[in-house]
Formats: sequence, C-alpha cells, structure tokens
Amino acid sequence: MNNKEKVLIKGNYAIAQAAVNAGLQCYFGYPITPQTEIGEYLSGVMPDLGRAYVCAESELAAINMVLGAVSTGVRAMTTSSSCAVALMQEALSYACGDELPVVLVNVMRAGPGLGYIYPAQGDYNQSVYGGGNGDYKIIVLAPSTVQECIDYTYRAFYLAQKYRNPVILLADGLLGQMMEPACFGENPYPEVDVSSWALTGAKNRDGRAIYSVGPDEKKQIQHIYNLFEKFEVIKKNETSFEEFETEDADIILTAFGSMTRNIKASMKVLRKKGIKVGCFRPITLSPFPHDRISELANKGKDFIVVEMNMGQMYKDIKYAVEGKTKVDLINRPCGEWLSVEEIVSSVEKIVTERGLAYATSV
Amino acid sequence: MSLIKINNSRCKSCYLCVNTCPKGLIKKSNKTNRLGDYLVEFEDKNNECLGCAMCAKRCPDMAIEVYKG
Amino acid sequence: MQQVFSIPKCMKKDFRYTFCPGCDHGVAVRLVAELIDEMNLQEKAICSTCVGCSVFLYNFLDIDCVEAPHGRACASATGVKRAQPDKFVFTYQGDGDFASIGLAESMHAALRGEKFSAICINNTTYGMTGGQMGPTSLMGQKTTTSPNGRNADYYGYPIKIAEHIAQCDGTAYSARVALDTIPHINQAKKALQKAFEVQQQGLGFGFVEILSSCPTNWKMSPEEAHQRVREEMIPVFPLGVFKDVTAEGGNK
Repeated sequence: MNNKEKVLIKGNYAIAQAAVNAGLQCYFGYPITPQTEIGEYLSGVMPDLGRAYVCAESELAAINMVLGAVSTGVRAMTTSSSCAVALMQEALSYACGDELPVVLVNVMRAGPGLGYIYPAQGDYNQSVYGGGNGDYKIIVLAPSTVQECIDYTYRAFYLAQKYRNPVILLADGLLGQMMEPACFGENPYPEVDVSSWALTGAKNRDGRAIYSVGPDEKKQIQHIYNLFEKFEVIKKNETSFEEFETEDADIILTAFGSMTRNIKASMKVLRKKGIKVGCFRPITLSPFPHDRISELANKGKDFIVVEMNMGQMYKDIKYAVEGKTKVDLINRPCGEWLSVEEIVSSVEKIVTERGLAYATSV
Repeated sequence: MSLIKINNSRCKSCYLCVNTCPKGLIKKSNKTNRLGDYLVEFEDKNNECLGCAMCAKRCPDMAIEVYKG
Repeated sequence: MQQVFSIPKCMKKDFRYTFCPGCDHGVAVRLVAELIDEMNLQEKAICSTCVGCSVFLYNFLDIDCVEAPHGRACASATGVKRAQPDKFVFTYQGDGDFASIGLAESMHAALRGEKFSAICINNTTYGMTGGQMGPTSLMGQKTTTSPNGRNADYYGYPIKIAEHIAQCDGTAYSARVALDTIPHINQAKKALQKAFEVQQQGLGFGFVEILSSCPTNWKMSPEEAHQRVREEMIPVFPLGVFKDVTAEGGNK
C-alpha cells in the first residue's frame, strides 16, 4: 500500500493497519461487536510479519497480556468495546500504577450492561474517570473521522511510551464501521527510548521490578504524587482540541468523537439562519481542555454540549465554565446519531426559550 | 570436620532445623531475637557434623551456611 | 573447608522474606533461585508475580519482575513471553491465584502451550488474608470461612491442579511435589528444573504444583504442619509427574 495514497477504508481496519505501522509487536484480543474487524484484520497481518497475535480467552486476559508485553518495552495493544472494556478496568488501574504504556482501543457500543451494538458515546466517564480503583489518570483520545483514527493511533503509541501511561483511543461503532477516504502516511512520531525501565533480563544491571504498591507508606504516597505531577506535564504538553468560528460566536456547540462531524455541519446551517454559533471539540478528553473552555466562558460565550449519552462530557464543560455562562445539553443515550436537523432545531429552541439576542440579521 | 553457621538475624525461630539434623546438633538456644523468640544454636563437641546441609535445605529463611571439611 | 551451602547468588543482597516462620514459601523461592543460578538464567529471567503471600517476590529475587493483578500472572506471562520469546519467563503463584481467580488464565495458557513455566504453591488456604477456604481446601478442613469444616454439600470439592493441567494438550510437563521432607525438597527441585527445561527447549507449558505448609493459618507448629502435608494433603493430592513430553512414550 502506498502510504501517500488516499484509500477508502473502514475505521476498524484503519486503526488496525495504523497500529501495525506504529510498530505494534503484539496484539491480544477477544471478539466483540462493533470492533471485531480489528482483531480479524490483525490475525491475517501479524503472523506474516513475525509479530505476535493471541486470541485471548477473555478481555480480562487480553489486557493483562498487554500489561506483560509492554513491560518488556515493545508496543502492544488490545481492542474492545464498552461492556468488555468494563472488564479491563482493574488492569488499567494497574497499568497506571505500574506506569505501563498500554494502548487500548474502545469502539463504543450502547450500555449499560450488555446493551446493544447501536452506536453510543456512553463510555466517556468510563474512559476519562475510569472504573478502576485508586487515584489514576488515563490519556484519552477521541477521533471523529477515519483519518483521525489513523493519526490518533500513531499518537496513542507514542504518548503511551513517552509518558509511560495507558492511552485509550475512544472511537465508536459509527467510526468503526464507517468507510471513508483516508491516508496512512508515515508514522510522524519518533521512537521512544524505553531502555531505562523495560524488562529485558538483568544483564549488566540489577533486577528491575514493575509494581504499583508496596508496604512502604511514604514511598507509596510519593508514588501517587509523582503520577499526578506527571499528568500535569501531560496536560501542559498534550492537551489538544479544535475550534471553529468561536471568535465572534455567541454559542459554542461542543462535542467529542464522531458527533463532532454533526456539530460542524449544524454550525454552518445555524450561521446561515443568523445564529452566531462556533464549534469546540476536545481531542484529548483526558487531559481535558478546561483552560480553553474557561477562557471562552470568560469571553461570555454560552455552550451547548451535543453527545450520545445522558450528559457525561456536559458535566466537564459545566465544571470548566464554572457558572460564568450558560451550558445546555442536546443528547440521546444511544442509537441513531443526532442529525444535523435535530441539532439545529434543538439549538433554535434553546435560543427561543432563552429569548436572548443571539439572532442577528443575516 | 564440618560445621554450620547460623545467621541469627535471618532466623525466625521456626525450629524446623532442630529435628532435621540427623545428629541432633542443633538445639533451642537461651538467646532471643529482637522479637523475644528463642533462637537456635549449633553445638558439635565431638565433631559429628557431616556437612550434609539438610538443616540448610530445611531452613525456610536461608539462615544457615554449611561448610564441609 | 569448603562452603557447600550458601544463599543463591540471584537473591537480592540483604533480602528479607516477609513469610511467616516455618513457611515453605521460603524453601520454594530458594529452589527457584538455585535453579536460576545453576541454569544461568538470571540475565534472561522475567517473572510475572502474583497477588498473595508471594506478592513481594520482586523484593527477594534480583531479576526482572512485573506485577500481575490477582489471578492474571499467566496472562501477563503470556504477554511477556510473546513479546520476548528468547527470555526465560515464569510465574510464581499461590493456589488461590492460579486455580481459583486465575483458573481461566492458567488453563488457557496451558492449552495454548505457552512456552513459560508456572509454579503454584498449594497450601489449601488463602494465606495472605488470614486463612480462608480456597480452591484446594481439603474436605473437612476448618478455615475462617468454613468454620465447621469443608463439606461437599455446602462448599463443593477441592481442585486437583496438576492433574487438570496435565490434561491440557499444550502442557509439556506437569508435576506435583511437596516440601515436607528433605527427599521431597530434592524431588521438588528436580521437577522445577524439568519445568524450566521444557521451556528452554520450546516444548510447551511447564507446570509444578508444590504442596506447602501454612503453619500460621493452620494454627500448627511448622513440624505439625509438615505432618499434615504428609498425612492429609498427599493422600488427596498425590505426588508425581502427570505429564512429561520428554519421557519415553511422550507422556509419563
């Protein structure tokens, strides 16, 4: 495949091939719709490259295999979906405590429980706040296009090793199953030197131990402070977002992941109708771009959060806005994506209800 | 002539070595460790120690070194 | 005079076992350490440690260790070995870790024929948490969660781990040994060596179940505890080699 050429490709396959390009050495996985194609694709590619592919007996085993593999300094990942990612929360907590560069792709489906394979964005909390024990933070990247699935997969492997922190690529069923033209290009990130910590046998050095907790209270307390200091550095260096036409906007539509597509389209329609709307889209859901949202709120801009869940990112936007301006929610828990028409009419309704002077003549 | 050296700082006073020595050369001592448990001592007046290292193999805490003469 | 017994070289300097007095864990770890020395494995060994009494193994052995969540040592070791096929990889787990919470991971590693060695310390109880009923607790055994003794109607039956692992086609070696007597300790070392060798030879999963005492939770002296291993455990969990693909005929 010519890396510079655009190809029509499904999100799941794009993630899989990008991982291979990024140097994925081991893949461990268990099938679950709507991400199964990733494992299927890699089962064909990895053996030919002399790399490891293991059909794990469960998601629990899969993520712990990743834990073992990445502890030796290689790039490894597992991919799964919502209710099965729930099974992996323990290992994610360990991976943070152990500072292991685990890469996990979550192609979201609907929950709670088994739910169904409808697209949904209900794992924002699970990804950003985690379901594991203790104080820990994960880097979460949310792509909105197949191209971004590729770009952020490259970035996920890089960030995981650079900061020795797990990274979740939070996609959804829509992206996983959708075909779009995209270009693989070259992995733009440099190799990360892992020689100072990777387990490769105690040759010409002392044995190394990778563990999260010890009986030494002071050491444990310091370890957690260190983890959080590290995340402050991540926040400073890696927080990323996109914004469109926020400068003159009265209202900023906010969404993450593939819902970003529909708020961008809605913005254009609303602008034509004379409502000054901008768009803001966090790329890193964790670290979350609180500071930029706060700045925009300081400028008097109201927010409307559009998401396919019961208002999970909505709370973070409210937290960042700190009551300085209004924050509304347009949402549906799962299923058919909120259409541009629905978003536009909901925004118009909010504008009318407020009776504010958003509307200006075209 | 063989002998053993008991490292008192490693001994946890489990006394497994006492019954393991085929010559009965290891006994409970009057000395105690920092927890107040009685240690063990090696006494070999008649040079009976075989250097068989059974005591050392039995000791869970590797508190015994064995020297064979 | 020649020193014929000393602390293995791959033990950490000034290591301190956190095991209770008389606990057989100490002997088991020493046997592993002796073999790492004798087979010259220190520079290529990576251990996947477990949760339980042996959780602090990385404080004792001067080799590379990665912590696995409770029960997941065989999954983590699978990851390590697949990522580093040339390294020597092993797990050191308790019976609760290996055969209760981690049974799926353990058995599937054996079924896949993962080329690492797994060691399981069977002391018929959850030691670290203070002596609760475990997957290997014997019929009639009183524990803090089976105060009237384990009976089949109420609690079901103990698992015979080495036999089950031997049933898996990917297993190259499966044996059960004990540490209650010096001859048994010597046998245990031979079994561990075999489990390490089948890994070195790339033959498949190597497994050793080690019957061990837990004087503290059994509320016995270390001597009495070894007597219990002999009189109560070995009749239920017979010692022996249940599978050895290197033996004549390919099995036993």
